[in-house]
Amino acid sequence: MKRKLTMIQAITEAMDQKMAEDSRVMLLGEDVGVNGGVFRATENLLQKYGSDRVVDTPLAEAGIIGAAIGLAMNGLIPVVEIQFLAFIYPGFEQIVSHAARMRYRTRGQYHVPMVIRTPYGAGIRGPELHSESVETFFAHVPGLKVVAPSTPYDAKGLLIAAMEDPDPVIFLEPTKLYRAFKEEVPEELYRVPIGKAKVVREGTDLSIFAWGAMLRVADEAAKQIEREQGVSCEVIDLRTIYPLDRDAIVESVKKTGRAIVVHEAHKTAGMGAEIISIINDEALIYLKAPVKRITGFDVPVPQFSIEDDYLPTPGRVMSGIMETFTY
Amino acid sequence: MSPLYQVLTPEGELVQDIKGQLDQETMIKMYENMALVRLFDRKSINLQRQGRMGTYAPFEGQEASQVGSAMALTPGDWLFPTYRDHAAAIVHGQSMARVFLYWMGHMEGSISPKNLNIMPPCVPIATQMVHAVGTAWASKLQNEKHVSLAYFGDGATSEGDFHEALNFAGVFKTPTVFFCQNNGFAISVPFSQQSASKTIAQRAAAYDIPGVRVDGNDIFAVWLTMKKAVERALAGEGPTLIEAITFRYGAHTTADDPKKYRDQETLSEEWRQERDPLQRLRMYLEKQGLWDETKESEFIATAGAKIDAALAEAESYPKSRPEDMFKHVYAEPTWMATEQESELVKPAKQEGIPA
Repeated sequence: MKRKLTMIQAITEAMDQKMAEDSRVMLLGEDVGVNGGVFRATENLLQKYGSDRVVDTPLAEAGIIGAAIGLAMNGLIPVVEIQFLAFIYPGFEQIVSHAARMRYRTRGQYHVPMVIRTPYGAGIRGPELHSESVETFFAHVPGLKVVAPSTPYDAKGLLIAAMEDPDPVIFLEPTKLYRAFKEEVPEELYRVPIGKAKVVREGTDLSIFAWGAMLRVADEAAKQIEREQGVSCEVIDLRTIYPLDRDAIVESVKKTGRAIVVHEAHKTAGMGAEIISIINDEALIYLKAPVKRITGFDVPVPQFSIEDDYLPTPGRVMSGIMETFTY
Repeated sequence: MSPLYQVLTPEGELVQDIKGQLDQETMIKMYENMALVRLFDRKSINLQRQGRMGTYAPFEGQEASQVGSAMALTPGDWLFPTYRDHAAAIVHGQSMARVFLYWMGHMEGSISPKNLNIMPPCVPIATQMVHAVGTAWASKLQNEKHVSLAYFGDGATSEGDFHEALNFAGVFKTPTVFFCQNNGFAISVPFSQQSASKTIAQRAAAYDIPGVRVDGNDIFAVWLTMKKAVERALAGEGPTLIEAITFRYGAHTTADDPKKYRDQETLSEEWRQERDPLQRLRMYLEKQGLWDETKESEFIATAGAKIDAALAEAESYPKSRPEDMFKHVYAEPTWMATEQESELVKPAKQEGIPA
């Protein structure tokens, strides 16, 4: 019988297997050791690999990320866990001024092969600043790669690819999907390439681009609108936010002539704008209607009593789809 | 206040016996290094004024701190300089031509010589301190006997990264040496306004690591202190925080006017007359019969020629090409960079707008 894992189990397995295979890989972060991480992503790894390789650090994000930069420059492959995306801000300078630039500044002499893993996104009834989705901050900075899986299979394969990547990778884990469902995950080490999107559902009338937890919302909307209106939507999981898979985006839009981008990040200067720009550059004449964005709003992610009203829903996505047909 | 460790007085007298700790050859090398980098520094300011170099951060007055500390390193060690620590970089093996190149705006000025780990000058304040914790930590985990030395100024001690670095280094006992050149000013803000603590060295107590206050214009004291810190680090005993009390005679950078925030002439003159790092060592060496006017003029001539050669090398370095900016952003260029690069190098379209 094929075994099924949740996303969090798949993430743990990716780290476990990479650590077994490559002694340079080490984990560091707050509570990642004895406690196994606030979401248990590093459960039992301290017992297995010891305190030199699974390190409970002081509570200091600049310290963790900055030290990891040094570790990476001097021969190790640090995998950093930041407990929530909004907690990364104290370490932001280290990411953008140093991790992203070390290769450039030293003309390729030193590089920073590190992964920064962090749960992100709303919908888990978290307290304030536990639900942000600010992937744009990192996508805007040359030198970083930004990845956001939406399934257990992809999470394992992408995380292994991230740990093998010679450049720093910001690995965004959709908190809402950690334990939302299980799927078959191969036992072996496998890679899902960074920078490649996946067609989740084939369709002919409209393309929907999404990632992370919004992929499920997009897919749900596609299913429902097909049932109710007979509209055939192609759903594409971008999987990597930087660099975007332009070919996948353009190819699909050329086929369908309509598109929607769904993301839970704020609308202004969100990745939706970038995706629409790519479509304008490469597929404008194929468009039958302007590309719509269904996104979070330009407000701080609200606390959980109205969190669901902030997040895109299948209903909002369907309205967006209908608008592109009535344009 | 912890006492200021001093070995060589401004009058060139030893205040303690250092027999067996410091040989004459090293002493002469110390002086030659300091004299060389002082010439380099003055040359750089002139080049900036002539428009042959961009904005430059001078270090004159701080030679003993930088030279003395860097001379305590061995080749496999990691050196994390700020934008004012080119003297340390040069002493550790960076070529003067590269340092010129850096200030002339070439990215290749940051390249470390092979087999040395000299990091590019760090521009944000205190951020490199945590990197020095990381490289040292990696050395320790990989059983390599190397230390990491991070330079910073007094202003850096107000930054969070200073505290995070010291805390991490203390917790993980990394072989890191934190070397503060307290020159009394963070651009225009005096230390009294930077910090309520009387000294920087005392901050070490908070992290349970040794904190030493040393006369930063006394190269013997700096070198001996560094040696001890390096030995401690290599013995697995962890980091040390060194506070070297010194002064920059000149401006923060060539774009800054220190007259606005301090009595520049009086203060600098006083430090020059009373505490200069080169003068005191020269007096000592002369008394020992190890240096004289002839040696001085010979050395200055040779050093000047070396600097001129480095300058000629830097100025004849091939002009950077616009497409160089696309290199080394990632291990493999992204499609965006590849396309944008071709956009940059292809000639702009000249055709008119069709009627």
